[in-house]
Amino acid sequence: MIRARGLVKRFGEFTAVDGVDFELYRGESFGFLGPNGAGKSSTMRMIGCVSPPSEGELSILGLDPVADGPVIRARLGVVPQEDTLDLELTVRENLLVYGRYFGMSRELIRERTARLLDFVQLSDRAEDQVEPLSGGMKRRLTIARSLINEPEILLLDEPTTGLDPQARHAVWDRLFRLKQQGVTLILTTHYMDEAEQLCDRLVVMDRGKIAAEGSPRELIERYSTPEVLELRFEPDRHQVAAEKLASVPAERREVLADRILLYVTDGDATLAAVRALGLEPLTSLVRRSTLEDVFLRLTGRRLED
Amino acid sequence: MAAGTRELTRPALPGAVFAVRELRFWLTDYRRTWRGSIYSSLLNPLLFLGAMGLGLGSLVNSRGDAAIGGVSYLTFLAPGLLAATAMTTAVGESTYPVLASVKWVKTYQAATASPLRPADIFHGHMLFVALRLTMNCAIFLAVAAVLGAVQSPWALASLPVAVLTGITFNAVIEAWAITRTRDTSFAVIFRFGMIPLFLFSGTFFPITQLPAWLRPLAYLTPLWHGVALCRSLSLGTATLGGALIHVGYLAGLAAVGVAVGNRTYRRRLYV
Repeated sequence: MIRARGLVKRFGEFTAVDGVDFELYRGESFGFLGPNGAGKSSTMRMIGCVSPPSEGELSILGLDPVADGPVIRARLGVVPQEDTLDLELTVRENLLVYGRYFGMSRELIRERTARLLDFVQLSDRAEDQVEPLSGGMKRRLTIARSLINEPEILLLDEPTTGLDPQARHAVWDRLFRLKQQGVTLILTTHYMDEAEQLCDRLVVMDRGKIAAEGSPRELIERYSTPEVLELRFEPDRHQVAAEKLASVPAERREVLADRILLYVTDGDATLAAVRALGLEPLTSLVRRSTLEDVFLRLTGRRLED
Repeated sequence: MAAGTRELTRPALPGAVFAVRELRFWLTDYRRTWRGSIYSSLLNPLLFLGAMGLGLGSLVNSRGDAAIGGVSYLTFLAPGLLAATAMTTAVGESTYPVLASVKWVKTYQAATASPLRPADIFHGHMLFVALRLTMNCAIFLAVAAVLGAVQSPWALASLPVAVLTGITFNAVIEAWAITRTRDTSFAVIFRFGMIPLFLFSGTFFPITQLPAWLRPLAYLTPLWHGVALCRSLSLGTATLGGALIHVGYLAGLAAVGVAVGNRTYRRRLYV
């Protein structure tokens, strides 16, 4: 559905996207995972046909985004990073003006509005002004709006950034349903849990480049160990402990500012080995590897940095 | 999939179709505020024509009316103020609403995610402003007629001229406003652009009263062309040659504004 080869986006001297290749297939849910400034949003804007690529090839639904922007956009739904709702209009009017942009009849818009507001659980707010709605409601309204033209591809740029946990789960739930209905989802995120929940396949982006590609499970298997042992020591013992731990067998170790991570197959066994050295950590945690560990491994930095 | 949308065929639909969609957005938005705007459209000509035309006019006329073409000051003033009203309406609609659309509320960005292109968004907004200009100028003309400031049925022809004057300002200023990131420069435009034009483009007194060295400058301003043509139509003194020059100047400048705006809108919205 979407094919990029050597895609580059420059803003003056700054290169936001530095030669990325990817290919997306119908019905899948694809993610761009990376920290702020990795080039995710710039890539999304190029796919949304509102940002001409500086270099490289990009084909969307077999069409050229620069020449055929209107035709492609008629088949896309976009949930931008920042809400672009008209705050002074009502919930229903926002869908009305948006549907008209796509040349839809008033009747068709009315019919879909009823269905979409029901889908995002905003039916009882239909006649209310948008301004006083909560962040989560506005986000859900933006999602409803992006579906007004029944898009083949839905682009979501950081769909849950800034929402509280409950609102995030509500959004995830709706997106998961769309995925079940066969809508192709493309999303950017810097939340590993979001990527794990929603993405069949993802690329890890860092400084405008793609660092790795695969399903969340594949990436974890390829770049991390089954388990991670997280140890925390008192600040003054942190460095000493880190040196002593060098003798504990582990596939990889990361000494962060506040914690020490040991990448191993069996976390409990490793914790026992640490204690056998006479090291008693303040806190210890054995957990499964996540995409965050993959990112740390690939870039040497944490996602939230 | 994507059912009910019309532009799945290539080549894409003509831009006018898209511009009308953007116009309809503005009309929906306007539905909330139109009442208030009608009041100010009525009040503005009443105040100005009352105070300047009738009040100040009684002083002016007591000194003779040779310099203003042998008509009452009210009759002289009304067509000039009509063109000036078109200008102030256009400048108002081309500044803060543009920055609001691109920066504060981002309704322009919402439109870019649809089939609309930046030029369609620009032209759609211009259509809306043209509609507002027509409304404001028609109300102005009606008030002027009621106050007895209109002499000839030709005054009706000054309505499209005033609207064209407004469109010219709208095109040029909107093309510039979209490049702004803050609204501070709008105040500068109001103070050092609009108000001097308002005062010195022949609205209140013929520019023959200006010092000789300043006159060529007045001839260059679009407002003067609008004022001069509206007035000659309203007083029944218009000539075809003069009218063509005025309309040509205004339309030419508007075309430049649209051409520049097509570029500046694209540059701002397609980054």
